[in-house]
Amino acid sequence: MESRTRRLAVSSIAALAAAALVAGCGGSGSTGSSGADGNTLTLWTHNAGNAAEYGVVKQVVKDFNASQSKYKVKIQAFPQGSYNDSVVAAASAKKLPCLLDVDGPNVPNWAWGGYLAPLDLSKGQVAVKDQLPSTVATYKGKTYGFGFYDVALTMYSRKSVLKKYDIRIPTLDKPWTKDEFSDALAKLKASGKFKNTLDLGTGDPGEWWPYAYSPLLQSFGGDLIDRSAYKTAKGALNGENAVEWGKWFRSMVTKGYAPQKSSKSPADDFRNGKTAIQWDGSWSAQANTDKFGSDLAILPPVDFGDGPKIGGASWQWGMSSTCANKEGAQAYLNFSRQTKYFVDFAKATNTIAATDAAAQQVKGYETGGQFNIFLKEAQKFAVVRPVTPAYPYISTVFSKTAMDIMAGADVKGALDQAVSQIDNNLATNNYSTGS
Amino acid sequence: MSTRPGAAADVPPTRRATQRRARRRESLAALGMVSPAVFLLVMFIVIPVVLAFALAFTNARLVSPTPAQFTGVQNFRVLLDDPLFYKSLRNTFYFAVVVVPLQGGLALVLALLVNAKVKGVNFFRTVYFLPVVTSMVVVSILWTLLYQKTGLINELISHLTLGLVQGPDWLNNPSTAMPAIIVMSVWQGVGFHMIIWLAGLQTIPQDLYEAADIDGATRWTRFWHVTWPGLSATRTFVLITITINAFALFTQISVMTQGGPLDSTSTVVYQAVRTGYSQQQTGYASAISLVFFVLVLAVSLVQRFLTREKD
Amino acid sequence: MTSVSPAPAPAPAHPGRRRRPSPRRIGLQAARIALALFFSFPIVFMLVSSFKPDQQIFGDLDGIKAFLPVGHLSLDNYTGVFDRVPAVRFLLNSIGISAITVALSIFINSLAAFALSRMRWRGKKIVLTAVIATLIVPFETFALPMVWWVNKLPWLQLDGGRLIVTEGWLDTYQVQILPFVANAMFIFLFHQYFQSIPKELDEAAVLDGASWFGIYRRIVMPLSGPAIATVAILAFLPMWNAYLWPLMVVQSEDLRPVMIGIDYFVQTNPSWGEIMAYSSMITVPVLALFVAFQRAFVSSIASSGVKG
Repeated sequence: MESRTRRLAVSSIAALAAAALVAGCGGSGSTGSSGADGNTLTLWTHNAGNAAEYGVVKQVVKDFNASQSKYKVKIQAFPQGSYNDSVVAAASAKKLPCLLDVDGPNVPNWAWGGYLAPLDLSKGQVAVKDQLPSTVATYKGKTYGFGFYDVALTMYSRKSVLKKYDIRIPTLDKPWTKDEFSDALAKLKASGKFKNTLDLGTGDPGEWWPYAYSPLLQSFGGDLIDRSAYKTAKGALNGENAVEWGKWFRSMVTKGYAPQKSSKSPADDFRNGKTAIQWDGSWSAQANTDKFGSDLAILPPVDFGDGPKIGGASWQWGMSSTCANKEGAQAYLNFSRQTKYFVDFAKATNTIAATDAAAQQVKGYETGGQFNIFLKEAQKFAVVRPVTPAYPYISTVFSKTAMDIMAGADVKGALDQAVSQIDNNLATNNYSTGS
Repeated sequence: MSTRPGAAADVPPTRRATQRRARRRESLAALGMVSPAVFLLVMFIVIPVVLAFALAFTNARLVSPTPAQFTGVQNFRVLLDDPLFYKSLRNTFYFAVVVVPLQGGLALVLALLVNAKVKGVNFFRTVYFLPVVTSMVVVSILWTLLYQKTGLINELISHLTLGLVQGPDWLNNPSTAMPAIIVMSVWQGVGFHMIIWLAGLQTIPQDLYEAADIDGATRWTRFWHVTWPGLSATRTFVLITITINAFALFTQISVMTQGGPLDSTSTVVYQAVRTGYSQQQTGYASAISLVFFVLVLAVSLVQRFLTREKD
Repeated sequence: MTSVSPAPAPAPAHPGRRRRPSPRRIGLQAARIALALFFSFPIVFMLVSSFKPDQQIFGDLDGIKAFLPVGHLSLDNYTGVFDRVPAVRFLLNSIGISAITVALSIFINSLAAFALSRMRWRGKKIVLTAVIATLIVPFETFALPMVWWVNKLPWLQLDGGRLIVTEGWLDTYQVQILPFVANAMFIFLFHQYFQSIPKELDEAAVLDGASWFGIYRRIVMPLSGPAIATVAILAFLPMWNAYLWPLMVVQSEDLRPVMIGIDYFVQTNPSWGEIMAYSSMITVPVLALFVAFQRAFVSSIASSGVKG
């Protein structure tokens, strides 16, 4: 018995020693950064684990550090999945870095909350007016962020499949109407060849829901909030058009077209031939092309009455309001606004470059290229999510309401409840709004 | 940290004085021994929890340009009118009431099965413990898959009933979602409590079993008269920890159902976290936590009273 | 499912006199094997999938193939893991953080439990109840005030041979360790276990002139192998699985633990094969620890006749 305890004690001490060794190696991390240490600025990015985009961030920083001798930028990378929580926690301890990237729809919330400072982007090589509107974040007349790229929602199918069932391939100028779309789904369903006639990608619970499904609502003529003053969701989210959207959304499940909850990887299901039509984004285009080649059909979104719509705004760059060296941060941001970096980011991430000039240099996105449709979609159909600090709240309410509707909740009742929650939130918080 | 050894060698003026001194020494030593743990608990649980509860009386937000303001019991008033809170409360109690006996009982059965001296017992212990150590992400992908309408579980049901019964879409049906979460949670957590039962089984002296064998006791009487009474302390522990764990149900919900469908799996902790983080309403989330704390504390005190040891 | 075939048994105690198995024994063994299948399928899925390309993982999902190593098998996912995550660094961090926490946790909690279960002093019932009450509040609900709080705490640091006081624990190792050392559940577990050890042993030791710490160290702890092993395993698990807390308080990549690594794979197009490979890699150390510590149960079965 004694020996047993001794064994435990010995192994514990050994473990302790090993741990102390590890601690000794990395213990220097304990000096807190307050964004800038003199002329050394800290930069946070959501790109840990995403080598392609992270590589470009590193390149820009390296070039900037080499281009002048006054400032030095240091990178800390965080994984995307928990990036927002990391930033909010750091902000609550007043430890934000000088430079950080931020998901587009969150900009008004962070600007209002005092995380972000307004930017002066006039000194960059690329003019702000040349950018896709969805890639520049303005709030109350000031610019708080800009992105190098955007993404586009789209539908994927196969030309051979559509042809076989005698379905017209829609174009940007003549997208499917609601009725045409219904016919197509009915034909595909009747074939009995597909596990999912339509896959909306409902398995991913995060920001994907408002990003992917509020454009459908907008195409029906509804919206998340009344954008005339951002003071109420009444009418927009529970009016006739919104109810019609809700009924349609639920009917996709009741008619057996779409799974109520998609698998963890709808894109793989599509590539495995389990899905006839998939609602997804431009980021899957390359992998789908690799699989199906010229048979891949990239389809514009359906026009449910108010024109086709897609969500706008992806990751953008900003400067924290607590930054101790705003001049340095501005210098970095303006330095980064070179066409070659717009090109590099778009290439690395398979996304739409934020300027036309840059897009022309990205293979596939040039005029006539197979992915040029995404650029056109972003120019013609993109709607940014509501520019209000209430957006994170609206986003969660919309996701939950859409999930409830998909699960069979009374559509009008669910939307009315969502409106009352959003209006209550708008009334009890002193948000100031507007782009 | 402790008293000087050899104290008994001191020549005592009177017996009572020695006793009193020994008592005082014992108290001091005891205080010395509990204080590190108590200090750490105060630093890292009590103070942050009090801070969190204080927020319940303010309009604090996660992201806000202005500091929090005292709003009295406003959050509690809103809470009392919040239908989701009552649903969450009901779901949480439903889960706890089913999971506590189920998981505790199954864990004991497993512990008894692997407490025997048979071939491969180490292997079985390790395997029963596997779900506890497997990443929740992986576990949730698998179970979401098993629970699909055309998933493995429904295939099995269909085969076993010769195609007479078609299983439901487990996680997407309000009446089956919570039972599905319960089964998965018990499966995932039972190995944890098996270990605790196993440790408890070691405290039962072997000679009691030998005496029972000599008396010609059946296995059942042996269990009922030796094992079960011998586990009384472990029982209290398992009961209280499973109860508290069950009330804290969060991860499975957040990964598998997000409280749906139609709020049928929304739990109090899930609601508090969603309100506090995603919806940024820190003050309101704190109010939910505070009310919840009081409720669970009441349940635990009742439990502890019912299972109190007579010593 | 090759991994479920009868495992290498622990050396049979009496190889010579094996009785013929009774139907009951066979029945019980069958139950054990059936349960083993029930509990092992996800890990089989995880291991098998870690060798498959993504598209095949989801293609195989519909049938039994999901659990079989068939199709295109390769180590690509594993090489992918090392390209994406500083896996070795994260593993070492987690091993260190968990080991220190476990060691401190065993000592501090058993010490408190000893005083609460075997010593007479006023107020101990209240202290015990208060300690157990700390279990009730789920960590998620007070994590945010906690971030603010630890950011105010002082720490001593060696700076070029000089000891200096720094403020704020963010982005350190200690912020991942010290808050989790004291744990009401472990105090409670030790407390329940200690109560089963006869108190006469203490009294005899007191008469022999032992100090209370001596009794703790020489009498009670040596008899508590199963409780120590249990706490070691149970304390290790949450540290190994730590996720919410490190993502809130750690900014430097060098200090991150393994679970944050999972997030490195959750990209716009997640690589599920790599997630499976990484999950397999980080599950192995926990299993190894479990196998090592559960011997404490076995040896105590053999020796339990000795005590009280």
